[in-house]
Amino acid sequence: MGVERTYGEVATRARQSLRDVERGAGARKPNPILTADNIRREFGGIIAVDVDHFEVQEGSITALIGPNGAGKTTFFNLLTGFDQPNSGTWTFQGKDMSKVASHRTAALGMVRTFQLTKSLTKLSVIENMRLGATDQKGEKWWNGLFSAVWKGQEDEITERSDELLTRFQMGHMRDEYAGALSGGQRKLLEMARALMTNPTLVMLDEPMAGVNPALKQSLNEHIRGLRDQGMTVLFVEHDMDMVHDVSDWVIVMAEGRIIAEGTPDDIAKNSAVIDAYLGTRQGQSLLEEE
Amino acid sequence: MDWNLILENSLKGFVGINAVYFAIAALGLNVQFGYTGLLNFGQAGFMACGAYGLGMTAHYFDISFWWGIPLGILFSVVLGLLMGIPTLRLRADYLAIVTIATAEIVRLVVRSVKFKTYFGGSDGINGFSSSFRSLGNDFGIEESDQYGFWPFKFTGRELWVLIVGWLIVAIFGFVVYKLMKSPWGRVLKAIREDEDAVKSLGKNVYSYKMQSLILGGVIGTVSGMIFALDRGSVQPDNYSRDLTFYILTALVLGGVAKVSGSIVGSMMFWGLFTFMDNFLRQVAKDPVSIGNVTIMKSTQVGQLNFILIGITLILLMVYRPQGVFGNRKEMAFDGR
Repeated sequence: MGVERTYGEVATRARQSLRDVERGAGARKPNPILTADNIRREFGGIIAVDVDHFEVQEGSITALIGPNGAGKTTFFNLLTGFDQPNSGTWTFQGKDMSKVASHRTAALGMVRTFQLTKSLTKLSVIENMRLGATDQKGEKWWNGLFSAVWKGQEDEITERSDELLTRFQMGHMRDEYAGALSGGQRKLLEMARALMTNPTLVMLDEPMAGVNPALKQSLNEHIRGLRDQGMTVLFVEHDMDMVHDVSDWVIVMAEGRIIAEGTPDDIAKNSAVIDAYLGTRQGQSLLEEE
Repeated sequence: MDWNLILENSLKGFVGINAVYFAIAALGLNVQFGYTGLLNFGQAGFMACGAYGLGMTAHYFDISFWWGIPLGILFSVVLGLLMGIPTLRLRADYLAIVTIATAEIVRLVVRSVKFKTYFGGSDGINGFSSSFRSLGNDFGIEESDQYGFWPFKFTGRELWVLIVGWLIVAIFGFVVYKLMKSPWGRVLKAIREDEDAVKSLGKNVYSYKMQSLILGGVIGTVSGMIFALDRGSVQPDNYSRDLTFYILTALVLGGVAKVSGSIVGSMMFWGLFTFMDNFLRQVAKDPVSIGNVTIMKSTQVGQLNFILIGITLILLMVYRPQGVFGNRKEMAFDGR
C-alpha cells in the first residue's frame, strides 16, 4: 500500500479507543455494541462455530477474517438470526438477541448483506431501495388499496433512496431492473439498500467478492464513509489488502474459533494467523507490505 | 361445416361464464404464484370452499343464501391457515405438494358418505341459488328471455350470472392491480425474488406469505361461488386437480404477474377451447377415415382437444415463455 491515510474525527476516536485494548482472542473493548458468549453451532458431528467471547467496538470497522471453512459466515448467520446456535447468548446494544426473530433485527438497527448477492432482479433498482425502508404504512395489506395513506411516506422514501443511489454513483441506473446490473453494482445496490433501514450496525458478508479492482477502491471509500457517519461495520472478507486498508480492528477465525485479534498491523505480524492461512511451514506473510 | 355456429360458440366462449370464473380464480392464483412465487396447486380446494359455503346454507344450516358468502370466505381463510402454517416456512416445492394434497382432501371429505349430511356426498348440493336468481329478476332480467345480439345471445339466467361475474372480475382486477402497485405488493414481489434478502431488511416474510396465500384463496373462493351459481349446483368432482391445472394454464397463457394476463388468458383459454371443440365436432360429424381406417369418431373429439391444448401450451412455453402479456425483459433476469 504505502499510502499515508488520514483519518477523520470519528475514525481517529475509534482507533484510539482500540489502541489500548489487549491483543488476543476474545479481547474486551471499552464500548462494545455487539457481544457474544459461548456460541456453539454444530452440523452433525462437525463443530462449525465455537466462540467463547466476541465483542465489536462501537463506531469501528471490524474485519472478520479466516481461511475457507473457518465458520465466519455461519457465525454471521447466527448473529443475525438466520441460523440458530446449539448454545450461547449474544447481545446487541445490551439487548439479548437469542430470542429475536431474524426479521426483527433490522428494526433494532442491525442489518446484513449476503456473500452471494441478493439483489431482487425483477424489481427496478429504485424499488429495491424503497423496499429497504422500515415501518412503511403501505406495507400493511389493509392500507395497500388506499394510496393516500402511504403516498407521503413513499415520497420521503423515494427521496432518501435517490440520495443514497447518488452517493453510491448508481443514480443513472435508477429505473433499470436490478438484474441488468453487473456483479459489482449489485454489491453496491445491496449495501445501499441495507442502509435504507437506517442501521447502527452494518454487517457485510464478503463485500469484495467478485468486484473488479477499480470498484474495490470506491467500495472501500463507502465502507469508511459508513463509519464516519457513526455506524459500526463488521465485515467478513478474504481480500487482505482491503482488510488492511479499511479495518480498525481484525478478528481472525480458524476452525470455528477465534484465534487472534488486533489492529491490522498486529495481525499482519501474527504467526498464528499466518499458520492458519498457509500452514506452519510457510515463511512469507500474505499481509507483507509490497 | 357450419362456420357460423363455430364462430358464434367460440365468441361466446370468449366472454362466457367459464372464462369469468377462470379469470377470478386465475387472479387469485396470480397473487400467490405470479406475485409471491407461492406454488399453490390447490386453487380448486379454495373454490370448493366458496361453492360449499353457498350450498351448505340450504343443505345443512337452513339459513339465508346470503350467509353463504361470509361462510365460504371463512372456510377458505381456515383452509389457507391450515395449508400455510405448517408449510410456508419451507421451500416453495413443499407448498406445491401440500396444496395439491389439501385440495384433494377437501374434495374427498365433501364427497364422502360419512359427511353426507353436511356436504351432500357425491351427489353434491342443489337448489340453493334461487335467492340469487330472483335478485336478477328484481333488476328486470327475466330468466327465460333471450337477450343480446349475434353472436352474444344469452338467456336471462346466463346474463345475470355474467353481469355479476364480470363485475367481480373488474373489482378484483382493480384491487389486485392497486395492491401490487402498493408497498405491500412490492414486498410480495421481493419475496418471490429472494426471501432471505427481504427478511434481512426487516420484513416478516412468513406473515406476508400467509397474507398472500389467504388473499389469493379468498379470490379463488369467490370464483367457486360464481361457478356454483352458474350451475345451480355443487358437485364435488368439479373441484379436482385438473381444474387447478387448467386455471394455471390460463394464467401462464396470459402471462404471470400481470392482472390483464389472468383475465385475458382465461378468455383466450376458453375461446380457444370452445373453438377447437366446435371445429373438431363439425369435422367428426361423420367418422373421419382414410380408406377403411377410421381416424376419428365424434366421441374422440374431447380427448383430441385436450391433446391440442397441451401442444399449444408446450409451444407457448418454448416460443413465448412470458405469456401473451408478460414482459420479455423481466423474463430475461431469471435469477433462480
